[in-house]
Amino acid sequence: MKKLLLSAAIFCTIAVQAQSDKFAGAMEKTLTQLGAAKTTAELKAVSAAFERIGEAEKTQWLPYYYAGLALTNLGWMDQSIDKDANGDKVKELCDKAEAIEPNSEISTLRNMAATQQMMVDPQSRWQTYGMEAGAALEKGIKLDPTNPRLYYLQGMSVFNTPEQFGGGKEKAKPLFAKAVELFKAAQVKPLYPSWGQKQAEDMLAQCN
Amino acid sequence: MNQFAIFFTLFFFTISSFAQVTISGKVKDGRGRPLIGAAISLKDSYDGAIADSLGNFSFVTTEKGSFLLTITNVGYKGFEKTIVLDKLPIVIEAELKEQLDELKAVTVMAGAFAAGDNKRAATVLSSMDVLTVGGANADITSAVKTLPGAQQIGEQEGLFVRGGAGYETKQFIDGTLVNNAFFSSTPDIASRGRFSPLLFKGTVFSTGGYSALYGQALSSALILESIDLPEKTAVNASISPIILGAGFQELAKDKKSSFGFNYTYVNLSTYFNIVKQRPDYFKIPVFHNADANLRFKTKGGGIIKYYTTFTYSDLGLRRPDIDSLSLKDAFALHNLNWYNNLSWRENLGKGWKMNLGLSYSTNKDDISQQLQNADNVQQFIADYPYNTKNFTLGSRQDLSQIRAVFEKKLFGISTVRFGSEYWYAVNTSTYNSGTPIQLKDNYQAVFAETDIFITNALAAKVGGRFEHSSIINKLNLAPRLSLAYKVGKGAQVSAAYGEFYQKPENTQLFFTTNLGYTKATHYIVNYQRTVTDRIFRIEAFYKEYNDLVKSIPINNGLFNYNNNGFGYAKGIELFWRDKKSIKNFDYWISYSYLDTKRDYLNFPNELTPNFAAKHTASFVMKRFFVDIKTGFNLTYNYATGRPYYNFQYNNNSGKYTVADKGQTKDYHNLGFSMNYVPSIGKTNAKTFWVLVASVTNVLGSNQVYGYNYSYNGLIKEAVTPPAKRFYFIGVFLSWGVDRTQDAINNNL
Repeated sequence: MKKLLLSAAIFCTIAVQAQSDKFAGAMEKTLTQLGAAKTTAELKAVSAAFERIGEAEKTQWLPYYYAGLALTNLGWMDQSIDKDANGDKVKELCDKAEAIEPNSEISTLRNMAATQQMMVDPQSRWQTYGMEAGAALEKGIKLDPTNPRLYYLQGMSVFNTPEQFGGGKEKAKPLFAKAVELFKAAQVKPLYPSWGQKQAEDMLAQCN
Repeated sequence: MNQFAIFFTLFFFTISSFAQVTISGKVKDGRGRPLIGAAISLKDSYDGAIADSLGNFSFVTTEKGSFLLTITNVGYKGFEKTIVLDKLPIVIEAELKEQLDELKAVTVMAGAFAAGDNKRAATVLSSMDVLTVGGANADITSAVKTLPGAQQIGEQEGLFVRGGAGYETKQFIDGTLVNNAFFSSTPDIASRGRFSPLLFKGTVFSTGGYSALYGQALSSALILESIDLPEKTAVNASISPIILGAGFQELAKDKKSSFGFNYTYVNLSTYFNIVKQRPDYFKIPVFHNADANLRFKTKGGGIIKYYTTFTYSDLGLRRPDIDSLSLKDAFALHNLNWYNNLSWRENLGKGWKMNLGLSYSTNKDDISQQLQNADNVQQFIADYPYNTKNFTLGSRQDLSQIRAVFEKKLFGISTVRFGSEYWYAVNTSTYNSGTPIQLKDNYQAVFAETDIFITNALAAKVGGRFEHSSIINKLNLAPRLSLAYKVGKGAQVSAAYGEFYQKPENTQLFFTTNLGYTKATHYIVNYQRTVTDRIFRIEAFYKEYNDLVKSIPINNGLFNYNNNGFGYAKGIELFWRDKKSIKNFDYWISYSYLDTKRDYLNFPNELTPNFAAKHTASFVMKRFFVDIKTGFNLTYNYATGRPYYNFQYNNNSGKYTVADKGQTKDYHNLGFSMNYVPSIGKTNAKTFWVLVASVTNVLGSNQVYGYNYSYNGLIKEAVTPPAKRFYFIGVFLSWGVDRTQDAINNNL
């Protein structure tokens, strides 16, 4: 009987391990695809693949996060897509991810989604979507003040605001510097987001 | 269980995982078009695909057994099918049904220009636009006059829309009618609207075919929706040679309530010393204006808003009397106006919404008219018409209203709205301190309308209104119908039909209440295409007027009235706005063609009324230069000449005849304004200020609105503005705490 229980335990462990390997494997494979995706169709396909993993796993926020990240990448890249529909979809994915675990990485997605929606018509939309983007970063900083991506995105927002409206290189520089400093100190867990260091360094260089 | 069993089990799993099944197919919408990007997934597995540019998809899975295959696409209802995975390939042909979506659905918009920050509406003019229309001097009506359908009328206040007189356009704030929407005016000079554009978040200028929720406006409705809570706590001041004002607005820390108070003092003496006016102002216009507001959010997510404004004004002017060489007419006006509006908007749950409105206004005009000699001494001459030129007229209008509208979401996004309103109006008139004549009216209406969305591309608005006015003791039933059909991305065709009734004017009811409603029937078709920051619109209309009030002379100066008048109006209108082509440059062009005739009042036969120009056009340009923090705005309004008439009463035939007629010269008005905003972008600035300068009729063209005739018809005199140009310069200051800005700055 003991032997039987042991066997069962071993079997279960193997099964769980296999399941978890299957998740890690699928994530790694899809992350590679995300890195390689160049076209609108590819990014949409990658996003859908991450979303499927999220739907199947139910307890992992990372697949939803990456599904959203693929769409924000798409939002920066393709100016012909419907930014409102894309942004709303990202926020829907954020809702699902946050239901599992609220964290500062999801805040970065919310910021980018709202920023992309604001860019459709900055003059009339900054009061709504601009505020939403700013609020997302504030919330992120509350959740994790050491997340470098939040400061990089804050820097981008200030950098792209005309000097007359309180933005510009000068004001963005300390934010990029802070981001770069935090990137250097950051320890990246496997499968966790790690993007942004190079972009932050490039932007810091542009501010000099 | 032995080791062999475990081995066998694992071996079996491994083997089975090599058996793959291909799932492929096609995803289409209801009209057979491919749904590119639709997501196909095998529920609870990682496997799936997205549809390609032809709607095709294909993927392989190693899963076995019964699975739910789901297909989703934004804007469509999901597709689900249970499939059994064995060895055979599976082919799926899926048709996804469109999901009705308020944001995507077509908006019924024939006849209406929606303006404001409503995300759904095809925004045409925001309150910031009203403030920056060159030469409009922050007057809502002046800004609306740059839209198609409105006439360039300068000798009377009001919006003259598509062949309709000024009193045929009504203004509504949060659903309730505004009785005296303009400051009381002197003859031949238009006055401003009483309400600042900053009070409103949305404006709908309906040039016809408007909703069954509104009534008693034959031609047009200007529907204003007041702002909710202000963005911040602020103290503000305005300083100009004409206006001095101060106020504050307090927003509670929890952002759930606010209150505010403003006071403005207008005195034109300095201005009239510098800019000479044609009339001789013996009493320089002075206005005291105070307003207050209180707004708070309710627990249920609704909002209660109260707004009140009080105005006191005094003015007097003298002009040469047209019937004599040396005499003058001296006109003085004293006005008191108090307006109150209380509204409550609430979500009742289960798809129900409620809008309640209460309003009370009172307006008192004391007019004194004197015939004076060269030394400004009152003269009494017994002969006609001089014996009618000395009088006093006191008039008072009180209007109390209550209104309730309920809204319920039906299937899909279709909605039904219904409600009722009750107006109690008392109008008192006292001529030469005689016995006051009083008119009382109890007006009741019930109305209902429904928005039916057949698909996202096809919608209908069907409504009706049932009204009763006690003063004429008549009922009416006014049907309204409009349709909208989406014909492409951002493009739609709309059509509207409606019957509109309006009570006769008080000036007529004082003589007889034995009258019926005047009636107009509107037919409108419209095409509009909106893409980001660009709007193109073309609209054609036909209107039929029936039962207009005709005046029948009894003897000189006295009339009887009946409903035998009639008329028509037809035309075509164009609108184009573009904020995109040139950076920081925004412009719009409006053009209206109008063909209208009516036989009403003392018209001898069907004639084009003197407020209708055949061609009207506006060109509005705005540019903000960020480097110098200054915006420049130019507006050019043009209208072809309007007809004018001299009707003379023929004692023999007992009728009026056209003794003289003509057409005024074309109307040109180039308005300019600039606003310098030095504090722009200074996020830490405690003081925000704007310097505004503006001038109307920059080119100094001679504007003639029409002609006045002497009693005998031998002398005619052009009706012109009191001065060629109107200049304004002023500074608007605001000291505010913008809490959202604070939050952002704290993180830097």
